[in-house]
Amino acid sequence: MGVMALFLRDLRLVWRRPGDVAVVLAFFVVATVLFPLGIGPESNLLARIAAGVLWAAALFASMLSLDRLFAADYEDGALDLLLLAPWPLELLALAKCAAHWAVTGLPLALLAPLIGVAFGLDDATLGVLALTLLVGTPALSLIGGLAAALTLGARRSGALLALLALPLCVPTLIFGASAIEATATGESFVVHLAILGALALVSLATLPWAIAAALRQAGE
Amino acid sequence: MTATVLEVSDLACRRGGRRVFEGLSFAVAKGELLALTGRNGSGKTTLLRALALMVPVRAGAILWQGTDVRTDREDWRGMLAWLGHQDGLKGDLTSAENITFAERLRGRSAEPGRIERALAAFDLIRLADRAVRTLSAGQRRRVALARVVASQASVWLLDEPLNALDAPAQEALHEVLSSHLASGGIAIAATHAPLQAARTLELAA
Repeated sequence: MGVMALFLRDLRLVWRRPGDVAVVLAFFVVATVLFPLGIGPESNLLARIAAGVLWAAALFASMLSLDRLFAADYEDGALDLLLLAPWPLELLALAKCAAHWAVTGLPLALLAPLIGVAFGLDDATLGVLALTLLVGTPALSLIGGLAAALTLGARRSGALLALLALPLCVPTLIFGASAIEATATGESFVVHLAILGALALVSLATLPWAIAAALRQAGE
Repeated sequence: MTATVLEVSDLACRRGGRRVFEGLSFAVAKGELLALTGRNGSGKTTLLRALALMVPVRAGAILWQGTDVRTDREDWRGMLAWLGHQDGLKGDLTSAENITFAERLRGRSAEPGRIERALAAFDLIRLADRAVRTLSAGQRRRVALARVVASQASVWLLDEPLNALDAPAQEALHEVLSSHLASGGIAIAATHAPLQAARTLELAA
């Protein structure tokens, strides 16, 4: 089916240029590792700020790769083919965001626990860190996808994109970080994780329509 | 044999608050090639995009065999093959991969024989496994045209199909166009250069 074809095409395009994803992951590693280096080996302080730092860095890293999400298709005319495909554009937009998540959100979630070790997080907290990123990053890809679609054709679209998307990502950031903090203080993280999941589901249920509308507007 | 399949009546389009055209009416019969001509900015591309439902229509109707195409947009889109200003090809994919993707995106299985025939029509077999970003502008245009041929769609919408094509490629385009028309399809092309066997519709600036 056409939606799956688009998802696989985007993965293949990334596979042909692995550097694009490598840069994002490298940014995440470098940005987060700077904190332990800058603050010094104060393990209590590091463990306290770890949740916020790792989540904020994951957010920035996923923004970094978003500006090409629709812009590449817009510039080379492939967006017309998507607009003309006999499928709901909402599903095609979702396929593009899913491909983005598969090559950024998913590796970030897998990579974060390794970085967490540098912050002195214990095993349980590392597990929760990966879990929150796994549940929360789909919302980031969708929110970023909307910003990417809205800024198509704009000058300095990268900066505009971050300005649009980052405020919308605040709830995800808050509940992602608070789930980790709850674990560190011995409370249950389940409530925070459930809210994070709910945020992701609300994004999933609403944003593909908004993205499709923005893409149609760009195609006019 | 002049059965009208596509009928456009009293069509009006605006872009950026400016009237591009209004009261535009024409009909295309089965097996007919319609060439849209007119000055730069006379609305040729806008008309093609309006026919593809990418630009909203302010007034009027587009009828395919008597039914308004807006009643089932996805069905209508499934009948279209599109060649835009830009080729819509991915530089990191090969020519064959680009066409295979386009076929899958249209919900068709990518039958290798059909794709090969489409590539052969534009003498691209040799280039089938080259990444598109390594091809010249004319070669890319030929790949985009091969994509149109492979689609076997009944309605071809072509924006400046002759752009960047050399003489043998133009000849190949005329050949695939005439076999498309002979099989009962229609084609509408915005063009500055003359197309063989085309009826011309001139848009006023």
